[in-house]
Amino acid sequence: MSDWIPLWLHKLGSPPTFYRFAGALQPWAMTLALLLGAIALYGGLVLAPADYQQGDAYRIIFIHVPSAWMSMFIYAVMGVASFIALVWRIKLAEVVAMQSAPIGAAFTFITLVTGSLWGKPMWGTWWTWDARLTSELVLLFLYLGVIGLYHAFEDRRQGARAAGFLAIIGVINVPIVHFSVNWWNTLHQGSTVNVFGQSKMAWDMLWPLLTMTLATKFYYVASLFRRARTDLLDMEGGKDWVRRIAEEEADQ
Amino acid sequence: MSALQHFFAMGGYAAYVWPAYAVFFIVLIADSLAPGLRRHRVLRELRARLARQSARQQRHSPPSAPSA
Repeated sequence: MSDWIPLWLHKLGSPPTFYRFAGALQPWAMTLALLLGAIALYGGLVLAPADYQQGDAYRIIFIHVPSAWMSMFIYAVMGVASFIALVWRIKLAEVVAMQSAPIGAAFTFITLVTGSLWGKPMWGTWWTWDARLTSELVLLFLYLGVIGLYHAFEDRRQGARAAGFLAIIGVINVPIVHFSVNWWNTLHQGSTVNVFGQSKMAWDMLWPLLTMTLATKFYYVASLFRRARTDLLDMEGGKDWVRRIAEEEADQ
Repeated sequence: MSALQHFFAMGGYAAYVWPAYAVFFIVLIADSLAPGLRRHRVLRELRARLARQSARQQRHSPPSAPSA
């Protein structure tokens, strides 16, 4: 392959190396996720004051918004990994793309349910077919479509290619979710947090939100590494390095 | 009302806030347990396959040959 890619990256792409690498990093990512998550929960549920308009109901934001960001972030990762897998036929990129899908679907599901639980007391309805909610629901169906298509094929690599293609087409929905509150009239509020510029949120409320966002990022890394490791064992079942692991774990 | 009761009451929104947090944790706990269960199953099936293979090899090898 191209010689501009550093050697260590080539090596990391090999299943046994990635298996060890991910195994070493996964516990740290999970520890950080739990630690940051606990701090964010304390900050959001205990330290942050009640909102002057929404009272304590606004506290759903500390899980709703990070989950919504993860639902889009993971989709973008899945799209990029699928593209790499389709163009360069890298096995690890396929694994990353396909193992991201269930985690992304989980976060999308959380976003929809927590949003519904927030919408009922604030808007007076569990659900409305407006742009933000509908495009997020489409995102869930895209994730489920990718998972379903992947499992519909007898040959896993063929399935990963077909599902990767669907994932790439679906990337178009990510900006639609993000900008839907600006492009259409909607019940859903606009962004409160702004990366470039002033956020419309008090610091007492902002730091737990950002900390939880970081926690969900680390959680994704940990979960993806666990899933990818298991998937590599399944995929490479005939190889020597997997046999050694199977025999070692039988002794324990 | 005690401080703890006050906390759990969530200003009257307890019926919305706590289920939202419950869903968040239940879904993520399920997600984090899934790969461990699959790993267990994959390795068990692989060991069973390896055992079948080695049994077949022993049956097909001539009786005079020393077993590996």
